[in-house]
Amino acid sequence: MSSLQSNASVSRKPGAQPRRSSLLRLSGGALIALIALAALIAFVAVPRLSNDYWLSAILIPFLVLSLAGLGLNLVTGYAGQLSLGSAAFMSVGAYATYNLLVRAPALPLAVDLLLGGLITAAVGALFGLPSLRIKGFYLIVSTLAAQFLVEWIFTRVSWFSNNDGSGVLSAPTLSAFGLKIATPAARYLLVLSVVAVVFAMAFSLVRSELGRRWMAVRDMDTAARVIGIPVGRTKLLAFALSSFVLGIAGALWAFAYLGTVEPHGFDLNLSFQVLFIIIIGGMGSIGGNFLGAAFIVLLPILLSHAAGALASVGIEAGQLQNLQKILFGTLIIVFLIKEPDGLARLVQTARNRLRDWPLRA
Amino acid sequence: MNFIDSFKRRGTSARLSSRLAAASLLLALGATPFSNAQAAGEEYFPLQSYRVGPYAAGGSGFFGGFIDYMNLVNKRDGGVNGVKLTWSECETEYVVEKGVECYERLKSGLNGAPAAATNPLSVGIAYATLDRSTVDKIPLVTINHGRTDSTDGAVFPYVFPLQLNPYSEVSAIVNYIGQQSGGLTQLKGKKIVVLYHGSPYGRETIPVLDTLAKKYGFELTQIEVPHPGNEQGSQWLTIHRIKPDWVILRGWGVMNPVALKSAQKVGFPADHIIGNIWSNSEEDARPAGDAARGFISITTHPSGTGFPVIQAIDQYVIKPGNGNLKDPARFGTVYYNLGVVNGILNVEALRVAQAKFGNKPLTGEQVRWGFEHLNLDDARLKQLGAYGLVQPLKLSCADHEGGGAVRFQQWDGQQWKVISGWVQADRALLRPIIEKSANAYAKEKGITPRDCGKDI
Repeated sequence: MSSLQSNASVSRKPGAQPRRSSLLRLSGGALIALIALAALIAFVAVPRLSNDYWLSAILIPFLVLSLAGLGLNLVTGYAGQLSLGSAAFMSVGAYATYNLLVRAPALPLAVDLLLGGLITAAVGALFGLPSLRIKGFYLIVSTLAAQFLVEWIFTRVSWFSNNDGSGVLSAPTLSAFGLKIATPAARYLLVLSVVAVVFAMAFSLVRSELGRRWMAVRDMDTAARVIGIPVGRTKLLAFALSSFVLGIAGALWAFAYLGTVEPHGFDLNLSFQVLFIIIIGGMGSIGGNFLGAAFIVLLPILLSHAAGALASVGIEAGQLQNLQKILFGTLIIVFLIKEPDGLARLVQTARNRLRDWPLRA
Repeated sequence: MNFIDSFKRRGTSARLSSRLAAASLLLALGATPFSNAQAAGEEYFPLQSYRVGPYAAGGSGFFGGFIDYMNLVNKRDGGVNGVKLTWSECETEYVVEKGVECYERLKSGLNGAPAAATNPLSVGIAYATLDRSTVDKIPLVTINHGRTDSTDGAVFPYVFPLQLNPYSEVSAIVNYIGQQSGGLTQLKGKKIVVLYHGSPYGRETIPVLDTLAKKYGFELTQIEVPHPGNEQGSQWLTIHRIKPDWVILRGWGVMNPVALKSAQKVGFPADHIIGNIWSNSEEDARPAGDAARGFISITTHPSGTGFPVIQAIDQYVIKPGNGNLKDPARFGTVYYNLGVVNGILNVEALRVAQAKFGNKPLTGEQVRWGFEHLNLDDARLKQLGAYGLVQPLKLSCADHEGGGAVRFQQWDGQQWKVISGWVQADRALLRPIIEKSANAYAKEKGITPRDCGKDI
């Protein structure tokens, strides 16, 4: 994981520059222009050009799961603390935001999301306490406990679901700046804005002193302690900030994507999904979360579309579904064998190769 | 030469395979819109089916029956007034996210054929697509399940918990227990235990059962079984201690046979356990073996192949080899017949709507009108060959449920035997509770309920 960073710096050795194609080396101004262009496409062109299906069934879950991946990546990829409680923290965020929306309707949506994230951060820090004593697989077990405990509490205590009999909450209508967020395009823009802000924050966070401390703890916590890093506090902060991001992702998942909240919607399966996103996307990488989420969200849908075409050939529907699962599993294995460091690394390698492509011997 | 060498070194097979994969995916994406090209002039039913996963038995039976019935309508009648039915499936695995993706994928119709209604057969997916259905103007049919207060069509114009909502279900069971005890007044002092699935579906009836217990004066204990319900030892020990007169089983999937087996272990008689509408299939009773003998459950539709409409399916669809079931032994089972009943209700709604809007493919909005004016009396049910299979059903703006009656059946070790006529739920008692809940929902969502006096 740390080699990923060093690899990036190696390839930018100044001495080698004049001989390379300038295609992928950008000056500061060009970088800003590129970011502006990407933002223009994402914020203006995509909602105009996409239909409902793309917005609400593909792009929104893709963005939300990217955000969840980012959350887990902070604690696992950067700070090295394994966690299987992502879905639990997402549900805490969803329930906290729901209760704020319902019980304090005066608050604006952005504040609800922020407070929901902060509440989740507190819960995350609480469940991060075992990390002060235990590591690795044992830590997984304690975060797994969070997964089950949180689901159980939300099932049991009906106060959290506003004393609703069935325990399935339907999302109240959201609004921001006086505008109702009812159409897929509006929901997409809401998700995109939140994702953009949180990713930008995370981007600078992992380059800050705290981010470096996380990586020091991840790479060798004894060494980190020796050079004077407060390991305990660093770990707890990682859990808190990770849960903050996961909480916001959970709220978006519930309100901007599904439109309902129920405890079983945030089960262990979702935790695994988020874990796979960061394993496949790339641990300790920001952009990798998008790649991993794309893989986990888009590929099954793509396969299912392909299967839809095959259904007319006469393969039985249930069998077709099992075939998709086999193919999806195989692809995961193939990718991980080819590139254990994830898709982010694969992209990095491809970029490096492309950089000296015309002159490569 | 270097180039060629490096190409060889890099392993051609990996590249080839990735290219192949990319090509086949492109092909698949491109091919989807062209399959099944002649769909204009047809009515489309998007099917969010599930044939794999823990609830595959329910999904494959239900959607098998639904598809076979639509096939029958196409083959025997040439469609509904000349409008052929078409459908495509999207696998949800009973997972909410997948159900939502399928909904969004299928809602816009198939090659010009408009979507008539969605039938997800999942409480979770129904909840998640409830708002979407209203916005997209496509009826959401939740036969025998769903959100109870969506019975109030003034607040939920596009949601149809046809035949039996969860409140009616428990109310009918309590009425039956009253009958067995010699009148509802005799319920006083009786002990009833409700064993329910630890999910939104299971908890939906907690408050209404409390209301019924207060009204009739029976001693009620409600016990939760955590999902999925494959361990119920402690729950049944509690039941053994209470020694209830009746146990109402509100299970789902594996929970049902385990409950019957655990009951046998503590010596509770199976013929005093009443299974609800999702504990009533062959797949629920048969795995429990001997422990299931005598087990009673409710049903909105008997199993069996004797009904003329089921016979017609056999003749026109199954015998020519177009049946949807992989295992022909499941023909005529509870889930399959529920699928057929669901098919009948959907098609009849379409027919009613055609009478108003013309014999052509109709939009979801028009089909919604058809559902709301569905009126199946005994004469019509006889014409359909579904007398005794489907209960008389009359829907209206205010009432999206219609029936609210169930029959009771008993497992004889091999199959279900119907042991009662139609037992009605106390719908007059339930109505104010439903309206209160629906109005609270309307308030929370900022919906102005329709005036059912004017809206026809």
